[in-house]
Amino acid sequence: MQSITVSEVKKAADFFVSEIKNLNVRPLRLMEVCGTHTVAIFKAGIRQMLPVEIELVSGPGCPVCVTPNEYLDTAIAYSRQSDVIITTFGDMLRVPGTETTLLDARAQGGDIRIVYSPLDSLEIAKANPAKKVIFLAVGFETTAPTAAATILTAKQQNLSNFFVLSAHKLVPPALEALLAMPHVKVDGFLLPGHVSAIIGLAPYEILGTQHNIPTVVAGFEPLDILRSVYMLVKQVIEGRAEIENQYSRIVPIDGNKAARQVLEQVYQPCDAVWRGLGKIPGSGLELKSGYNEFDALAHLPVKVGHSQEPRGCRCGEVLSGIVKPTACPLFGTACQPEHPVGACMVSVEGSCAAWYKYGAGRWQM
Amino acid sequence: MNEKQIQMAHGSGGKLSRDLVEEIMWPAFANPILGEMHDGAKLDINGVKLAFTTDSFVVKPLFFSGGDIGKLAVCGTVNDLAMTGAKPLYLSVGMVIEEGFAIDDLRRIVGSMQAAAGEAGVQIVTGDTKVVEKGAVDGIYINTAGIGAIMTGVDISANRIRPGQDVILSGCLGDHSLAVMRDRHGLVLPETVVSDCAPLNHLVENILTAVPEVALFRDPTRGGLATALNEIAAAAKVGILLDETAIPVRAAVKAACDILGYDPLYMANEGKFVTVVDQQHTAKVLEIMHSHRYGQEACVIGTVVHKPVGQVGLTTAIGGVRLLDMLIGDQLPRIC
Repeated sequence: MQSITVSEVKKAADFFVSEIKNLNVRPLRLMEVCGTHTVAIFKAGIRQMLPVEIELVSGPGCPVCVTPNEYLDTAIAYSRQSDVIITTFGDMLRVPGTETTLLDARAQGGDIRIVYSPLDSLEIAKANPAKKVIFLAVGFETTAPTAAATILTAKQQNLSNFFVLSAHKLVPPALEALLAMPHVKVDGFLLPGHVSAIIGLAPYEILGTQHNIPTVVAGFEPLDILRSVYMLVKQVIEGRAEIENQYSRIVPIDGNKAARQVLEQVYQPCDAVWRGLGKIPGSGLELKSGYNEFDALAHLPVKVGHSQEPRGCRCGEVLSGIVKPTACPLFGTACQPEHPVGACMVSVEGSCAAWYKYGAGRWQM
Repeated sequence: MNEKQIQMAHGSGGKLSRDLVEEIMWPAFANPILGEMHDGAKLDINGVKLAFTTDSFVVKPLFFSGGDIGKLAVCGTVNDLAMTGAKPLYLSVGMVIEEGFAIDDLRRIVGSMQAAAGEAGVQIVTGDTKVVEKGAVDGIYINTAGIGAIMTGVDISANRIRPGQDVILSGCLGDHSLAVMRDRHGLVLPETVVSDCAPLNHLVENILTAVPEVALFRDPTRGGLATALNEIAAAAKVGILLDETAIPVRAAVKAACDILGYDPLYMANEGKFVTVVDQQHTAKVLEIMHSHRYGQEACVIGTVVHKPVGQVGLTTAIGGVRLLDMLIGDQLPRIC
């Protein structure tokens, strides 16, 4: 790709902003589904460049954030078993469960290791044959294929001490569930670029055909986002509700077939509980029967206490785009990144963490 | 503090580190010199002005491209002294070594210390060695302390920062952190990224000789540029507004950070500093920096503004403005 100069980027940004302003829209609520978009929007300072009529609300697209407390409590309970090694992406460590975090569990002696790829877990399993290695398989359609590939490799290598605790989630069923929720008002979706690169455009069709909601698959550079907002607003003005692909340089219409094949070989859809959104039919992934041997819950007994969400925390409404993080009474006071109450304040892609980090309500020139 | 146990983030140089100092160390040790909360203490002994500092090094791996724990231990303390406007003179070295550590590796580390001390023009005049049983430390930990003479007519202090002054950065961000991360985890990243670990005292001395009016020096080590500037803004009771497009980051570092989810603005550097100067001196300071091997990529990255007090803002490439907060949590442990 040809790189463009700093002044050209600025010019292009000014152009999209003025085009958006020229469309003179009524007040609109556009949801950026993906946490990476939320961060990119803040990082580039896009919100305050847009006309006041256009409100960007953050959606449920942060995998750590939508993982319910019960899952964390289970992972923490496993970490207390002396023959267990937990492997996880770093994001999960600080997410509060009902009583504690994986970070605290580690400080208290739990063997919890950060990995950059699920495949690292297999090396750890081989190096520790007397231990059971449990990978915390959290993430959307983007990370699920690598977890599936890891399971296939474990099977090929006949590893008997590697397991996954699966909480993978699927984006399209969640968006549909969101539209059916009573207090949710969304006029358009900025769809996640990376997830779409795997699943393609077809799974979103129903959002336009049945719910009359325009959608745009968006890239992650500031100009991608500005252009995608412009495309969404234009659809609204013209009364269209289609799927448009702004990120076509990365996202093929039919996604990544090879990744989906690996995914479908190992996993099948199941109902899943999302923090804040509740149980959504067909929105999770479970291991198919041929791979059940790697399912931690099926083979490793664990005792988990009663799980509950933190009192006063409005993560659920934040994740559904019903309220902004700043509307939560705990935001910035009891709940801050260094002592988070809710999951959305922990993950770098969490709405609350992004709002706080980049100064929403704090930075005033 | 809410925490009952020490977490890795208490050593990150960010917000929890500050809490640890303010809530546990400060109440026990409070005195006016410590109260300046600078990396080095400024002492006045019967009219003789000295700077005094100490630092411990636990980097993993011990050897990385561009340096090793020995070079880091000398440069880190030399730079802390230099940032107070002092000419570093004498260092102490304390080592805690794990039983079974290879003597050849120790020789290599000591050789690097000798070379770095030679370049910086400091002498190592006292030391101590302890050996602990296998597993009690990870190879070797090194502490260095140093004293330096504060240069005549120089007053490096956040109190001298005023709106309108320029913020100058001496070079590209993130090289050290990324080089250490690559060598620790065997990441597939360009070999061209090497640690920037270097003694900065000669460059600082050149600047102060020509422009003694410099308001402040600070090396953005743990917590990175963002944390250093937040501390400066808070101490000086001013705002700082940066231009994102002016902040130098190597393309390879930026690309790697995008993939790994790191932000160069928060990554530790071991051979860089920021300085705050009146605009009338900017050209002269840049000229001096550009003529020195450790300042060739120096540039103005922002200005001091009246408000918001104690905060740092960033004008983004597309023209938005947002807050640049200090480091929260633990970006990269055991980086120095």
